[in-house]
Amino acid sequence: MTKKSKKKTWDLVPAPESTSHVNIQSEYGLFINGKFQKSKKGKMYDTINPANEKKIAKITEATKADVDTAVLAAKKAYDNVWSKMTGAERGKYIYRIARILQERAREFAVIESMDGGKPIRESRDIDIPLAANHFFYYAGWADKLDYAFPNQKIKPHGVAGQITPWNFPLLMAAWKIAPALATGNTIVLKPAETTSLTTLLLAEVIQEAGLPPGVVNIVTGHGPVGAHIVNHAKVNKIAFTGSTGVGKYIHNALAGTDKSMTLELGGKGANIIFEDAAIDQAVEGIVNGIFFNQGHVCCAGSRLFVQESIQKEVLKKLKHRISTLIVGDPLDKNTDIGAINSNKQLKVIKDYVKIGQKEGADMYVGEQVLPKKGFWCAPTLFTNVSQSHIISKEEIFGPVLAIQSFRTVAEVIKKANNTPYGLSAGIWTDKGSKLFNMSSQLKAGVIWGNTFNKFDPGSPFGGYKESGFGREGGMHGLADYIKT
Amino acid sequence: MPCLNLKDMTRIKVLKTYKIYIGGKFPRTESGRYYVPKVNRKGIANVCLSSRKDVRNATQAARKAQEPWADRSAFNRGQILYRIAEMMEGRFDQFVSELIIQGIEKKKAEKEVAQSIDRWIYYAGWCDKFQQIYSSVNPVASSHFNFSVLEPSGVHFIVVDNTSPLISIVSTLAPVIAAGNTAILLAPKKSPLSAITLAEILHTSDVPGGVVNILTGDKDELADHFSTHLDINGVIYSGNKKKYITQLRKNATSNLKRMRFYDEDWAKKDAQGPHYIKNVCEVKTTWHPIEVIGASGSAY
Repeated sequence: MTKKSKKKTWDLVPAPESTSHVNIQSEYGLFINGKFQKSKKGKMYDTINPANEKKIAKITEATKADVDTAVLAAKKAYDNVWSKMTGAERGKYIYRIARILQERAREFAVIESMDGGKPIRESRDIDIPLAANHFFYYAGWADKLDYAFPNQKIKPHGVAGQITPWNFPLLMAAWKIAPALATGNTIVLKPAETTSLTTLLLAEVIQEAGLPPGVVNIVTGHGPVGAHIVNHAKVNKIAFTGSTGVGKYIHNALAGTDKSMTLELGGKGANIIFEDAAIDQAVEGIVNGIFFNQGHVCCAGSRLFVQESIQKEVLKKLKHRISTLIVGDPLDKNTDIGAINSNKQLKVIKDYVKIGQKEGADMYVGEQVLPKKGFWCAPTLFTNVSQSHIISKEEIFGPVLAIQSFRTVAEVIKKANNTPYGLSAGIWTDKGSKLFNMSSQLKAGVIWGNTFNKFDPGSPFGGYKESGFGREGGMHGLADYIKT
Repeated sequence: MPCLNLKDMTRIKVLKTYKIYIGGKFPRTESGRYYVPKVNRKGIANVCLSSRKDVRNATQAARKAQEPWADRSAFNRGQILYRIAEMMEGRFDQFVSELIIQGIEKKKAEKEVAQSIDRWIYYAGWCDKFQQIYSSVNPVASSHFNFSVLEPSGVHFIVVDNTSPLISIVSTLAPVIAAGNTAILLAPKKSPLSAITLAEILHTSDVPGGVVNILTGDKDELADHFSTHLDINGVIYSGNKKKYITQLRKNATSNLKRMRFYDEDWAKKDAQGPHYIKNVCEVKTTWHPIEVIGASGSAY
């Protein structure tokens, strides 16, 4: 629809997902002690659809007093109910959440795409089902924790303060809430200010599942709300996903306290293509690595390393593939790249693109015609990039790829590891021994061999070095919500 | 300095110089400074007062040694840790007499040395086993083979601030190197002798130079240096000074060092376990597609 196409013989007919079945309130309060309630003094602000800049609903800017009320509710629920309940009973509540999410999956997918700008294909096939699966997976752990920590006496932390990012709103809430509940903690969670809707809808699900009041509390708002949670004396654990900058602020703030923390922060993932790789599949992997969710992915393969002998071929195929990507309406089932999450983020991306040009890298931008309203960025490549360029060092968090070449295995290992980040890496080769060598040498928490950007509730996710610490997912994800 | 009495005058004893241990060598501190730890108001030795530059040199040595050490087979690391225990057993009496010099009574000293040797044996055995306890093959829903393993975090700085100088050092150091990390260890200021003698043991136990580096000196003076050093991946503090912990945690923000604070009585039997190894490791998860053969019996 929004494509200018010279080579193609026809355009795809728009196939927008219907929004008639979704149920969005005109305004949302805070979810505290099992009920939606108005803030006593807090203001309301608009959450908008980044694809058309239209207001979707009003949400609440929580105050310090609201956060205090939420933490006390969580503390009370922990002391009186949740810490006394058997694991098996806790598990059944979590199973209920999983089931209700599955039942309402379509509605969640549509709202996720409206509020955050991601293609419906992704919210429908990835975000929402994975979120439900995450609850289902951890529900089963609740009564089996002794098997995960043999010979150790374990206890929950108490009240967990959780702060989630705007790129995978519901999925990140699931990653945080499910293991915390399974291990017996109660929760105060703050979703990102631009994408709070599906988390508020999750609060409805939690209500519907009949969880005891106060076990999960949701407070919305901007950064200061998160700071109130982080600094609250009765919060025992902080779990944060977001930028390395904010992660470091939290790390510093918690220094004088007994609170434990997990941090899932930024990344600058290396995606490495060897000459013996299946090239067409690798090109798909590059596209998936950097353009998935508009590149708003902490584990994105934003640094591409191509072996010199195949660089020409890969670039040619990559450019051709980019010309077929559809940028536009997130609710259209054909859309590959949706809207940039916010105007603020679009500015950040544009600034980096300017920096890349100034640094002397060669730029290639997809020829897609972008919609007039809303926040958009065409897929962008930079070649002739060097290790010292800012665009190959800093996280851009958008559909912008920095491409470098290499000759030897030793060289690419050095280049790939030469970053303070260590979240993800991709390796494309048909040679098993090479893949295992690379996989063990790369300093990153998640390694994708001949694939990229795959997630599963059973698979631990998290970083090395300044990409943070702690794991979410799998048996390893339980460890960050218990103490010994 | 042990006091001489008349009986000793028949033969002049050779006194030991306690030096630091960096990259498999025993230099004096580059700063040329020393201090005299005292027991019952008597000095026991001239000990190196290590400097910021020593911390840097030790870090460089530890970084250089880390990958080769991690690349050794787990079995080989186990053998080397076992060798450490063997060598310590042979110098049992020296360790005991040094603990006595540092103000610990004989019976307690003997117990501490025995325990320390046994703790090396304990962690020697874990070297090629902890991976099997903490690794997993993860049953993902898509057609992928997915597994998670532990990998060493890298270079760790260990500060020991305890009154039982030998068992505390062994208990904090052994799990770090068992995993394939390398270490810089700052000995307890008041009783640093055992750490240096342990360095001599390590030096003769096939532990490659740089895998363990041992400094003596002042933990407060060096705190801001090691905890902000960008090539150190983790810090372990065995002690209970709250202000010190806060200072280290704040400084660690610079590169998000992995921080572990242990307030354990290391003499306790259960103050050991594979989770101390896990604490100095990262979890790495690897995905790879599994071929799906369709009805044709071929993937192509």
